[in-house]
Amino acid sequence: MVTLFGVFLLTLLVITAFGIVRAQHLFVAVMLSGIFSLQMAAIFFILDAADVALTEAAVGAGVATVLMLGALALTDDRERGPKRHRWAPIVVVSLTTLMVIYATFDKPRLGDPEAPVHQHVAPWYLEETPRLIDIPNVVTAILASFRGYDTLGELFVIFTAGIGVLFLLANPSKRGALSLLPSAEAEGLRHHLVPRVVGRLLVPFIVLFGLYVQFHGEYGPGGGFQAGALISAGFILYALIEGEGAALRAMSFRLLRGMIAGGALLYVGVGLAGMLLGGNFLDYSVLADNPIAGQHLGIMLVEAGVGLTVTGTLLTVFHAFAAREQRR
Amino acid sequence: MEFLGLYNYWVFAILLMTGLYAVISRANLIKKLLGMTMFQAAVFLLYISMDKVDGGTAPIIQVGAVDQLYSNPLPQVLILTAIVVGIATLSLGLAIVVRISETYGTIEEGEIREIDEE
Repeated sequence: MVTLFGVFLLTLLVITAFGIVRAQHLFVAVMLSGIFSLQMAAIFFILDAADVALTEAAVGAGVATVLMLGALALTDDRERGPKRHRWAPIVVVSLTTLMVIYATFDKPRLGDPEAPVHQHVAPWYLEETPRLIDIPNVVTAILASFRGYDTLGELFVIFTAGIGVLFLLANPSKRGALSLLPSAEAEGLRHHLVPRVVGRLLVPFIVLFGLYVQFHGEYGPGGGFQAGALISAGFILYALIEGEGAALRAMSFRLLRGMIAGGALLYVGVGLAGMLLGGNFLDYSVLADNPIAGQHLGIMLVEAGVGLTVTGTLLTVFHAFAAREQRR
Repeated sequence: MEFLGLYNYWVFAILLMTGLYAVISRANLIKKLLGMTMFQAAVFLLYISMDKVDGGTAPIIQVGAVDQLYSNPLPQVLILTAIVVGIATLSLGLAIVVRISETYGTIEEGEIREIDEE
């Protein structure tokens, strides 16, 4: 039954993908890509990846769609190129598809417990997490502790991308500093009754759920990345309803900048604290009296750092697009 | 039902190449970015398909559960961070497209080239 449901969802996914490529109206394409992400999240969920599904739903269907729409508002929402299909790309792409499909016949089928991918380090992580780290969510344990270097690198990619967007889009103010302040007070959807009432009801719960996901990430699906995406989705909704000015009063640009840098610094700081206390970089075992308490403390701080940077970056990027819009 | 065990990988192949098709055949820059995100999503699907173990559940260890199988947590970690990095790079790409549009007044590849050649 679950297999059939999965096949159904995957087929829908392919249909949506063709729709995205065919749509001449970019607004339609962006909306379809939101649907694409939601279907993808459902597929991730039935493949046992609860953490990934949560992230994909918040990021792909929520934040990405809003950013795309922001970019469309600043550029053009119609594809004006030639409508004809070019044959060379179709031939190349079809041949490559057939080759990749031919290659899949050597792959182990879905769910095979004997597949090579399940033989190497994965069983070790599953067995040793309760003993070494003692938190139920193995995904969080690997993310924040076993593979902490990796996550640090990813966090700095996000940090760099946020700074890059600011350089490209923020309006330089008189003193040379970058600013995101909307030139005129944006109206938002304040005069539309239904979105306003429903949105006002939803925003606090989305942010509350984001905080829950942040601090419950060791025990259930969740963690800094998911929480950051959820909280920024909540604030973006607030900004869409009440106007960007109101959202910037709730969370000022200064605060957002501090969050972007502070989160990354917190992560590195936890790593350096481990070194100062006699361990290795990002070794949390030395942070407290016993290794397990140290791991708990380290994971909590590192996840908080991730959450701060992700929230700050996504909201800054949103405000950068929104402020640009009003300048035109 | 045995042949359906590879269905996820076939969909991966189709999505990957649909994304590539949008990147190489469309002239519109936003369409290209949409194609790129689709390409990326296909890779996510490949990784997450590999994490599934028959009879397994999400890798969150339950107290008191004996002999419970768990799906592989490692691909999930890799993709979890990749999704958020993906949105960060997508926003950077969109910002560049916005600046191109402000400079050239168009986001169609051919028109940009014509303006450049003038």
